[in-house]
Amino acid sequence: MTPLKPVTPGARVALGVAFFVLFFAAWAAATFGGFVSPTFLADPATMLREGWNLLAHGFVRDILITVWRVFGGFLIAAAIGVPLGMAMGAYKPIEGFFEPFISFSRYLPASAFIPLLILWAGTGEAQKLLVIFVGSFFQIVLMVAVVIGNTRRDLVEAAYTLGASDREIVGRVLLPSGAPEIAEILRLVLGWAWTYVIVAELIGASAGIGHMIMDSQALLNTGQIIFGILVIGCIGLVSDLLFKALNRRLFPWSLA
Amino acid sequence: MNRLAIEAVVKQFPGVPGGAVTRALERIDLSVEDNDFLCILGPSGCGKSTLLRIVAGLETPTAGSVLLDAQPVSRPGPDRGMVFQSYTLFPWLTIEQNILFGARSTHAKAADLISRVGLKGFENHYPKMLSGGMQQRTALARALANDPKVLLLDEPFGALDHQTRALMQELLLGIWEADRKTVLFVTHDIDEAIFMANRVAVMSARPGRIKAIVPIDLQHPRHYTMKTSAEFSAYKARLTEEIRVEAMKAAQMEEVSP
Repeated sequence: MTPLKPVTPGARVALGVAFFVLFFAAWAAATFGGFVSPTFLADPATMLREGWNLLAHGFVRDILITVWRVFGGFLIAAAIGVPLGMAMGAYKPIEGFFEPFISFSRYLPASAFIPLLILWAGTGEAQKLLVIFVGSFFQIVLMVAVVIGNTRRDLVEAAYTLGASDREIVGRVLLPSGAPEIAEILRLVLGWAWTYVIVAELIGASAGIGHMIMDSQALLNTGQIIFGILVIGCIGLVSDLLFKALNRRLFPWSLA
Repeated sequence: MNRLAIEAVVKQFPGVPGGAVTRALERIDLSVEDNDFLCILGPSGCGKSTLLRIVAGLETPTAGSVLLDAQPVSRPGPDRGMVFQSYTLFPWLTIEQNILFGARSTHAKAADLISRVGLKGFENHYPKMLSGGMQQRTALARALANDPKVLLLDEPFGALDHQTRALMQELLLGIWEADRKTVLFVTHDIDEAIFMANRVAVMSARPGRIKAIVPIDLQHPRHYTMKTSAEFSAYKARLTEEIRVEAMKAAQMEEVSP
């Protein structure tokens, strides 16, 4: 193997699929071969049967609720976080004002807020959205501010010599030049939002994928737990691919 | 009347804390007439780009002032168009959209300039898809489309290979011969300065001063074959001598400074 040498797209797909095949083969071997007790790890066939059972008994609703929570909290965080991050990146006094507090808040783990948020917002949807919001907002703000602050200075200068006003610099240079990276940040943070929603649903929820996983644990139904985890993985993968495809469509200029 | 007047411009940069300030420019006086093509020639690090950036309004002078049509310059504006050495096309805009960026640019002007700089058929390409020479031609068209009073060029062909550079010089010269814009062109290339300029202002090594102003009395329209003429060689010999001394001073300074 030569370092950094690219592989063909076909080989890439084959390699990626090969890992999944090996993974499932190892799992099947461990469970069907009797090396692991079914109490701790269900075999793939049981997992699929349990999954089918779940889907037949209203699990789709749980999935939809979880998806709605993730996107709801994430969209609120993005709607406030992106403009604030842009303002911080563009205007240094605004950055000086918010940056220390947000840098501090970023290290507060969202899951640690759950008891407090339950106290404030109960165990309803508002609390779930708040957990996602707390987990995503500060990350979005800081990363967007860095992207905008790193805008190529020569592009800003070129725009000034073409007569752009300070406002136009923000709207016609900083925003479009940072847009692909901001989209990439949102894709990344959306992935993190999925971990927060499950944590939020493990505690004080009456519906959702995390709630189902918690119920299944009480019944020692590892098949259902694994099915729930796989569903999250699949939704994450699909939303990631959609996000990438959208970025490619929106920002054809940023591709090599 | 002088279109552009640079009056007693001094530029100092703060040095390391506790150290001496860096004197980049030491009292520059220059006046540029309407339709003049002035080349500022100097060794690297002599402050010629700093001077151009002060005229553009991208830097403020420590002392002195720049007047455009008797109005002092304090910030960048559309009356002073600039082409940079680095590729500064907006990567998210197509070639045509880049040329339309300035508020005074119009579709008609853009279309005309696109054909004059030889970019017909590339209107909808993104800058990334174009060669360096094509990108700089677009940057030139973008600056011209905004109809500036003065065109500032900061080693615009510096990053291009020799052959492309020669073609770009002819292209710019052709545009100037047709439109007679006021041009300030910064370069360290002696041939380029003689070939393009009406007058060449030679700058000294840091701190930068105008050491000599040499009028270039070569006929227009100029053709590349001129570069091998006796007159051209005479100018070249003279300017080479002027620059050599400064380049040697600059090299010595770099050796002693840490």
